[in-house]
Amino acid sequence: MIKINTKRLAKFLGFKAIRLLILLVVIAAISFIMIQLSPIDPVRAYLGQRIVSQEQLAIIGRYWGTDLSLTERVFGWLQTLASGSMGFSLIYRVPVTEVIVQKFLASLTLMLVSWVISGVVGFGLGVIAGAKEDSLADKAIKTYCYILQSSPTFWIGLVLLMLFSVYLGWFPIGLSVPIGQLSDTVTFWQWLHRIILPAITLSIVGIASLTMYTRDKLINVKKSDYFLFAQARGESFWGIIKNHGIRNILLPAISIQFLSFNELFGGTILVEQVFAYPGIGQATVAAGLRSDVPLLLGIVIVSAIFVFAGNFIADLIYQYVDPRLRSEGDE
Amino acid sequence: MEKLLEVKNLSISFTQYVQGLNRHDLRVISDLTIDVNSSEIVAVLGSSGSGKSLLAHSILGILPYNAHVTGEIKYNGKTLNQELKEELRGKEICLIPQSVNFLDPLMKVSEQAIGECKDDDEHKEKKIRQREIFDKYGLDESVDDMYPFELSGGMARKVLLSTALVGNPNLLIADEPTPGLDAKSVEETIQDIINLKKEGKGVLLITHEINVALKTADKIAIFYSGYVIEINKAENFNSADTVLHPYTKALINALPVNGFKFTDGVQPLEETLGCPYWENCPDRFDKCENHKPDLVNHDGIMIRCFKYEEADNGA
Repeated sequence: MIKINTKRLAKFLGFKAIRLLILLVVIAAISFIMIQLSPIDPVRAYLGQRIVSQEQLAIIGRYWGTDLSLTERVFGWLQTLASGSMGFSLIYRVPVTEVIVQKFLASLTLMLVSWVISGVVGFGLGVIAGAKEDSLADKAIKTYCYILQSSPTFWIGLVLLMLFSVYLGWFPIGLSVPIGQLSDTVTFWQWLHRIILPAITLSIVGIASLTMYTRDKLINVKKSDYFLFAQARGESFWGIIKNHGIRNILLPAISIQFLSFNELFGGTILVEQVFAYPGIGQATVAAGLRSDVPLLLGIVIVSAIFVFAGNFIADLIYQYVDPRLRSEGDE
Repeated sequence: MEKLLEVKNLSISFTQYVQGLNRHDLRVISDLTIDVNSSEIVAVLGSSGSGKSLLAHSILGILPYNAHVTGEIKYNGKTLNQELKEELRGKEICLIPQSVNFLDPLMKVSEQAIGECKDDDEHKEKKIRQREIFDKYGLDESVDDMYPFELSGGMARKVLLSTALVGNPNLLIADEPTPGLDAKSVEETIQDIINLKKEGKGVLLITHEINVALKTADKIAIFYSGYVIEINKAENFNSADTVLHPYTKALINALPVNGFKFTDGVQPLEETLGCPYWENCPDRFDKCENHKPDLVNHDGIMIRCFKYEEADNGA
């Protein structure tokens, strides 16, 4: 059904690839410079509490290039990065790429589940609130959204944890795997049981903004001429909401949901901390606190790619699903 | 014989809050009386933005919730209440909207002409009917899959007309069917509307283009400041002598063919105590300032002016 103009698609992808490349170089350079200018001393972080002499310190420093100028160091870093290596994590003692792949996959399920929850619930609530504007349901949903939007994620996480894990005892208080069990022996139900609470917490902030956005969009559709005409043609209220309302707000809502990847990433850091869920968020905090510079820089780059991917998909949807934009360039 | 559509003493007002909590009723249509028969075109002619469209909206029951309506609307002798309006709209009474903005931008036009269906059988049935009507107006099958933004001006107009005809209605309400169209398209629209009449349908044409009203309508109602001040046969509008109301005379004289005579003054925005045309009327009486004339029958012409009421009483 969707006609795709390959030439236009190639041009679009080419543009995006160049933009991603520029973005990554700039981010890599800036974050590296910022770390270099910060009080973090990688040599000290590497040594930890071990006592060494000044001479040994200087040798390690020279080995790592701390005696080079800032420009030389930046170019060195970009060169290594271009060769595909992100260095060696100081706390995990394995290549950064390995740490990130492992941790990111763990977080990805958490983020994906909460992303789907917030998308479905947020959109659904938004449609109800918008369709029945000013009704009791709308007021209740609005109040709920304001409360969620104005409370910090970690606080909501703590409240949920206290209520469901401590008082009610329905869910475990943390960790992605039961204590004393290997991760590859975990059953689906055990996994689900442990992911529900953090996923709900993470989805909550997304729900509020998506609901309010959907509500607003639907109210605008209700004010449109085509909504009025559909009514004049005798279509039923929920029929119009379904046929014309949702049809016109689904695309922007999906785009907004993809654009929220950055909030998702920020949220997962807090949520993983509260629920002691061993994912990319916890790794980020650990890397920051324990001055694991290579890991920290690696995570910065990966998160940039992640957010870029979200924006890219949102763009792609607009370009290729909306018939108004799709055929514009084809003619 | 029952009239197809009868509107009696219809008034529409909106409650507004001005300067905080001061409630203010804004009257848009006052005491409107008009009727439409089968095989008849009645035009409501008034300036743009004067609230003529609300007449259409009130017949279809799609006024906003803060509208306050009094008066009576009858369809085939039955009072049109909200329930009946909801039952009839889209089936027996259809709206021909004014522009492509009245179509869903993300839905194929054939689906929009078909509209909401209960099941697949109904959809199939309506699809055949939609195809017939599109064919009738020269819209080939490639148009079926187009989105509203892909339609040219002329095609859009035909699609809008087709959407109203799929349900095979008896009464059509055309709300400004010729906004900003070129001369050729206007001519086609006029022809299309006349053809509807020939098929036996009643048409209520709401427009500000006197030319379109003159060429299509059997009767023309002049809408001035929320009031219908005169309902006269279309042929009487050819000369200022055969229309009655001073405003209608001024309007006819202002037409290019009649010498472009300019009359000073504007329509009052606020509700007036007396006749709405009092301020600008060349023939006014003393009582016109503080008393409102009713719409009365004067030799078969409906007129809202004391001049003729006096004449009738005197006779």
